[in-house]
Amino acid sequence: MTTATLSRWDRFRESFLWYSFKRDKVAIASFIVLVSMVLAAIFAPLLAPADPYDLAQINIMNSELPPVGLDGSDPAFPLGTDAQGRDLLSTILYGTRVSLLIGFGAVVLQAALGILFGLLAGYLGGRVDSILMRIADVQLSFSTLMVAIIVGAVFKASFGNLMFGEIAIYMLIFIIGVSEWPQIARTVRASVLAEKKKEYVDAAKVMGFRTRRIMFRHILPNTLSPIFVIATVQIANAIISEAALSFLGLGMPETQPSLGSLIKSGFDYIQSGSWWITLIPGLVLVVLVLVINLLGDWLRDVMNPRLYKG
Amino acid sequence: MTSPSSTLVDIRGLEKKFDLSGGLLEQISFKGGRFHRKQEAVHAINGVDLQVQKGEALCVVGESGCGKSTVARTVMGLLSPSAGEIHYDGQRIDHLDGKEVLPYRRKMQMIFQNPYASLNPRMTIQQTLEEPIRFHQPDATESQIRDKVQDVMESVGIDPDWGSRFGHEFSGGQRQRIAIARALAVDPEFIVADEPISALDVSIQAQVLNLMMEAQESRNLTYLFITHDLAVVEHFGTRVAVMYLGRVCELADTRTLFSTPRHPYTQALLSAIPKLEDDRPNHIRLQGEVPTPVELPSGCVFHGRCPYADDRCRQQIPQLIATDGGAQVACHAVEEGRL
Repeated sequence: MTTATLSRWDRFRESFLWYSFKRDKVAIASFIVLVSMVLAAIFAPLLAPADPYDLAQINIMNSELPPVGLDGSDPAFPLGTDAQGRDLLSTILYGTRVSLLIGFGAVVLQAALGILFGLLAGYLGGRVDSILMRIADVQLSFSTLMVAIIVGAVFKASFGNLMFGEIAIYMLIFIIGVSEWPQIARTVRASVLAEKKKEYVDAAKVMGFRTRRIMFRHILPNTLSPIFVIATVQIANAIISEAALSFLGLGMPETQPSLGSLIKSGFDYIQSGSWWITLIPGLVLVVLVLVINLLGDWLRDVMNPRLYKG
Repeated sequence: MTSPSSTLVDIRGLEKKFDLSGGLLEQISFKGGRFHRKQEAVHAINGVDLQVQKGEALCVVGESGCGKSTVARTVMGLLSPSAGEIHYDGQRIDHLDGKEVLPYRRKMQMIFQNPYASLNPRMTIQQTLEEPIRFHQPDATESQIRDKVQDVMESVGIDPDWGSRFGHEFSGGQRQRIAIARALAVDPEFIVADEPISALDVSIQAQVLNLMMEAQESRNLTYLFITHDLAVVEHFGTRVAVMYLGRVCELADTRTLFSTPRHPYTQALLSAIPKLEDDRPNHIRLQGEVPTPVELPSGCVFHGRCPYADDRCRQQIPQLIATDGGAQVACHAVEEGRL
């Protein structure tokens, strides 16, 4: 009790989170892989040898070239090219960017809806709770993909292909975000129910604080650990959902491919021997989802309140 | 006995029921070929009248489940009463809401039982203490707020340099001091303390109790002090109210109550205090158990265990009646002079 005040960074360095991270090789490796993939995606315009969105750079004569090291490869295209003659490495970098953007965007939307509805249901209770949770139950009884397919198909039919291509990324964020919010809302509600019985909430009520202030300033910060864990896993789920929708032709158009639509575009040529167009983006997707899930598992173990209450 | 102008908090005919039966569908049962609707409730408080005088420490004692904490929480507005009224300084406050109640929130504060749960784990001590001041004095400047926080921290014996620490870095006694500081930060007149020392080590209890008494003297506070510890009552209380099954059975000055307890339940309660010189303890052993608060006994709630109970006790609910000793006792036997 003699040490002076600690900065935020010092607190983090002394925290259990950092301590267990340093000791977990899987977590460190996953984190490094994830960070490098995110950085590569963010800086894709600088790193990529070509711009796959620029039609002027694409030559149809270069289509279906294999990766370097195989017969007929061109050193200008290290991972080969796809059916349109786009450089596969550049397309994958841009595609990872689209996939990550949709993953994060959808989870931000899910978290915003889930936290709001979860807090309201848990804290206010009674009728609000029953109504919101019944809506969540109804929504959970549909498969996410089914809702997304229906909404996506309706939008595609009403806007037309061209318009849909332009707004596809926002549509996907919206569809995946809205269809998965009950997951987060239930988690938040459960921890709000536990927190609101504690005396610090009574103390805040006795001070005369408004309901909104108690909900967001006092209870919400204490429910963040489980939200954090579930949000990590949900990013991976959202990326997979997006890939699945794209594979079904309801996701990103081939002019701005995500990893999912790249896999789909290569799938048509897999029989003709151009396996790399599907396999390489597929591997990138698997690695991306795997590292996010591994990090999510690690976070769940660390933030388990039975092991550690922070 | 006392002039009405010195009454700060006036609790009149307070009742609180907690519904057990749930929604309409859960209340309906099918028995013997007929539908029955059954409503059940826990009668936590059944008609409590108490007047807290300015500057006193009114202690409420009783065993677990007698409704003393419910009285505290209802007075503070954490629970709404099923019946009855609560007046603060002549104003009825139990039906106020939103903005109307804010001035009373500042004047009435509460100290909780468990100092491990009463501080927000994600807030530093500085934030915990600043928030109420900012909220209730929106026009205070930053330096005024800082001075105020420093001031209350010093007054409860916490080093103001520890402000950037979190609650879990302190011991139980220190946390309870911080909780007291939070209550004092808004300069209240009246503090409800719900068993504030029962979760603390015995060695710390006296310190916290003395701190509360010092604060009472220097800030002219009035306390409603809920406890089950009779030794604390003797040390701390100006007057004592003894509760049993949601009713006040005796209300008296501390000295009067401890020297001449009148109500049979108070007598039994006081005889249970262990004493050092007791080589042959003379406890009054009560018959049976405390009845369930779901189905209250008719008449006096204590009649099933009272050695002096007669037919009148089984039928008529006794009211608090002033006796010649200055105490108020709710007992037919005392009133009739049988005891």
